[in-house]
Amino acid sequence: MTPAIRTSTADPVALPEGIQGIVADWSSDQRAFKNVPWGKAMMWIFLLSDTFIFSCFLISYMTVRMSTTDPWPNPSEVFALTLWGKKIPLILIAIMTFVLISSSGTMAMAVNFGYRKDRVKTFVLLLITAALGATFVGMQAFEWTKLIVDEGIRPWGNPLGAAQFGSTFFMITGFHGTHVSIGVIFLIIVAIKVIRGDLDHERPGFLTGRKGKYEIVEIMGLYWHFVDLVWVFIFAVFYLW
Amino acid sequence: MAAHVEGQQHPIGIYLKIWGLLFVLSTASYLVDYFHFQGYLRWFLIITFMLMKAGLIVAVFMHMLWERLAMVYAILVPTTLLMVLLGIGALEADYTFFTRGVFFLKGLF
Repeated sequence: MTPAIRTSTADPVALPEGIQGIVADWSSDQRAFKNVPWGKAMMWIFLLSDTFIFSCFLISYMTVRMSTTDPWPNPSEVFALTLWGKKIPLILIAIMTFVLISSSGTMAMAVNFGYRKDRVKTFVLLLITAALGATFVGMQAFEWTKLIVDEGIRPWGNPLGAAQFGSTFFMITGFHGTHVSIGVIFLIIVAIKVIRGDLDHERPGFLTGRKGKYEIVEIMGLYWHFVDLVWVFIFAVFYLW
Repeated sequence: MAAHVEGQQHPIGIYLKIWGLLFVLSTASYLVDYFHFQGYLRWFLIITFMLMKAGLIVAVFMHMLWERLAMVYAILVPTTLLMVLLGIGALEADYTFFTRGVFFLKGLF
């Protein structure tokens, strides 16, 4: 490590890397998370807490699924769709997965164009992300309707087997869908802020005196990617198990 | 110019590549179900694809790859503690299944 004794303020002192960097950051004054706007650090901490909530759901699901003595309904068949006269297993969920991954891709690019201060591209990409998110929620509504109306699946029981199937399914996908819906609303809010030029002119937002900056697009992006991340785990352990 | 740069700026190509990879991995995990792989092979493939997708999203889309270690560790170390909860859940489920077996289906054990 190079000794960092400097008095010049022309350019910032280099921060140590590696384990030394961790110790230096955490023991430093003012703030532990360097090079990160505090809004972003707070979003990460919120996402950490949300990780624990979703993990509690998924681990509880694993526990009830492993401990039930009734047969578990086969997700491959429950979520199959008949397309063009052919029954395709799990196809609806596969399409939902691709829709959500695509929305993550457009979100990542929106963040990138945001930092380049390309207002129009950021706005359009945010709107595409919101549209894909809304599509996902729409398909989920279709899936729920199919399960409730056609297959008679209820949170307290179903004709296919273990009662725990319905309770965990509605709990987990419902909570995830709520996250997606909230995300869509905030994506639209951020998109409007971008196209109005609030972030270029550093106008303070609603209920806050802080200046608007393009970092809010990245913070929004963190939340949105997290929603996609949770879906990766739900897809693997709920639908593919 | 501020004392330090706080925005994440990377070439757009990397996002497109990761996007493509996520599509490939999702298709692969769907095919695991489509071709009815069973047993340990199924589990191995599902978990592998799941962790690869999660890793790509966190590392690149969420920019963890370029954050300082103080931040990365603050988020990832508590997450690994969930493995303990997972283990406890599995142990408890095994025990519950066993007692249910004894209680409901006396002839079976």
